[in-house]
Amino acid sequence: MWKTILRRFLVMIPQLILLSVLVFVLAKMMPGDPFTGMITPQTDPKQLDALRAAAGLNDPWWTQYFRWVGNLFQGDLGNSYAYRRPVTGLIGDRAVNTFWLALFTLVISYAISIPLGVIAGRFEDSNRDKAIQVYTFILLAVPSFVFLLFSLLIFGYILDWFPTSGYVSLNVDAGTPAYWLSRFQHILLPGLTAGLLSTSGTIQYLRAGVIDNTNEDFVRTARSKGVPERVVFSKHILRNSLLPIAAFMGNSITGLLGGSIYVETIFSYQGMGQLFISSIGTRDYSVITALTLLFGFLTLLGNLLSDIIMSIVDPRIRVE
Amino acid sequence: MEKPEDLLLDIQHLHTAFRVGDDFYDAVDDVNLTLRKDEILAIVGESGSGKSTLATSIIGLHNPLNTKVTGDILYNNLNLVGLNEPIYNRIRGNDIGMIFQDPLAALNPLMRIGDQIAETLVYHTKMTKEQRDARVLELLAQVGIPNPQRTFRQYPHELSGGMRQRIVIAIAIACKPPIIIADEPTTALDVTIQAQILDLLRDIQKETHSGIILITHDLGVVAETADRVAVMYAGQMVELGTAQDVFAHPTHPYTRSLLRSMPQADADDDELHVIQGVVPSLKNMQMTGCRFAERIPWVPETAHEATPTMHEVGPDHFVQCTCYKTFHFQDEDATQSEG
Ligand SMILES: Nc1ncnc2c1ncn2[C@@H]1O[C@H](COP(=O)(O)OP(=O)(O)OP(=O)(O)O)[C@@H](O)[C@H]1O
Ligand SMILES: [Mg+2]
Repeated sequence: MWKTILRRFLVMIPQLILLSVLVFVLAKMMPGDPFTGMITPQTDPKQLDALRAAAGLNDPWWTQYFRWVGNLFQGDLGNSYAYRRPVTGLIGDRAVNTFWLALFTLVISYAISIPLGVIAGRFEDSNRDKAIQVYTFILLAVPSFVFLLFSLLIFGYILDWFPTSGYVSLNVDAGTPAYWLSRFQHILLPGLTAGLLSTSGTIQYLRAGVIDNTNEDFVRTARSKGVPERVVFSKHILRNSLLPIAAFMGNSITGLLGGSIYVETIFSYQGMGQLFISSIGTRDYSVITALTLLFGFLTLLGNLLSDIIMSIVDPRIRVE
Repeated sequence: MEKPEDLLLDIQHLHTAFRVGDDFYDAVDDVNLTLRKDEILAIVGESGSGKSTLATSIIGLHNPLNTKVTGDILYNNLNLVGLNEPIYNRIRGNDIGMIFQDPLAALNPLMRIGDQIAETLVYHTKMTKEQRDARVLELLAQVGIPNPQRTFRQYPHELSGGMRQRIVIAIAIACKPPIIIADEPTTALDVTIQAQILDLLRDIQKETHSGIILITHDLGVVAETADRVAVMYAGQMVELGTAQDVFAHPTHPYTRSLLRSMPQADADDDELHVIQGVVPSLKNMQMTGCRFAERIPWVPETAHEATPTMHEVGPDHFVQCTCYKTFHFQDEDATQSEG
């Protein structure tokens, strides 16, 4: 198994190099450079040119690329001119916020979708199944931002059950229990809503898996051994049906990061997704570049995670 | 002729009907059959004649939502038809072992071989984990697995088709059931492996004196293995007798057609005698008269019975319908008129 993981990791290296080149080219194609933000009517163009030369912006592109990669490895991604602080620290803080929200969303998503998928599959064509089908179709048919906006409007503003923006209240001291409680309160509404929204795929997969596996020969074998139906279901049908869900988990995490762009923006939650959108608004290029690189990296990591999970749960994948 | 103490299973007037659309249609239609101790009873017939349906009815694994089973399947004074699930589960695996056709699909891909065999023991014995593991190793050796210790820890995908079928057999015999049902156990395997698996089944039968129901459409297998043969056509039992009798004196037109359709290496004419037509689908089955009549249209209608019944044509040899009395093949007719 370790071999498989190592091999997958090695495959990731060329993908990472390609990603970094792409992001670098994109960054170069964007108008402006790190000094554009300093320009005022009083700036002497000559002085600016000197600054650019000193920063190496006139070097050939490959020199610049390797310097950029070199800095990357030292954790230096430049400065955000909108926030006037190093990009690394800025994204670091935001990543922590996004991580907690994404984790909570994932937990909610599975907590809802696994029982519903199992019920729908086990009681195929029953009224319960039909109700669950209708629910998933509504989720698929209505754009998610509509749900997010309505959820914010109803539960945040009208009913006033949850805070409507931010990731923590301003009047609590960091590190105190009240602080953590406040952070939890702030992820509740976006997490619950986004979790609910991301259930339809898992429900459909699981339902189909349960129905398919119920008709499998090995389930009939289990029954012919005299195994009680309850155990046949949990040990033979369910385990095999959960396999693709587990395998897809890595990709789900990536999907959640993509979804965080909507969720965090609508709920004004200071995470990476919200930072990405606001950076585009303020043309904070160094931040946009860094986030693009990070999202790309996390996508590759999600795929790797899926493969690792798969090789753990499915003996057929554990090839030597 | 049939001593009651020799009787393992006594199937009487068994009907198994499937729902097709809004109605139920008999896939097994009034079958009477017994299984005796210490015998291999073969059930033969073309695809769709209801062999698997009969087997599945015995072990009670039809989906009750779209299947109706009526009649009696008597086992040890217990009627298996309509038996409640907890009691049935005590019989499945313990008193009746089942071997299925496709060994590639019959094993759970996520469970180790050892655990899959031991699972039967978990629900039918009071063995400890160590005792179960020891019994599993013993079973693996019994079914001819070369390295039981190793295979115990392997997963199904690591084994060949033949090896997997041996595992399925090990599962079926784990609790030494008096009845073993094998539904086309060799169909999915290549010829050399088929012979090995059949040998294994025969050895097990001799050792345990169990009664085996062997379902197959391969008459060669029947001739080599079976003590008695039941021939099924369109859900009905059309001929029943000892293997010797049925092969030496095949009587029902269907049995004769089946035997004639067997490719024979030593035959002087290399003509293939296929049976015209196909087994009717459930919806298209005639409700009265001889069901095979439509496939032997040259036989006059008067030769058949309106309501076919079983006729004893010899000791322990039964045939359904009266058409057997005057039946001849069309080309036999031709040679007769020529000569
Ligand atoms: N679950 C089911 N629902 C409806 N019809 C069924 C079902 N199972 C079998 N049948 C029908 O019942 C008839 C008998 O099928 P069965 O599988 O018992 O035949 P068989 O003799 O085992 O054939 P084979 O040699 O192909 O295995 C067929 O017409 C088949 O289409
Ligand atoms: Mg069959």
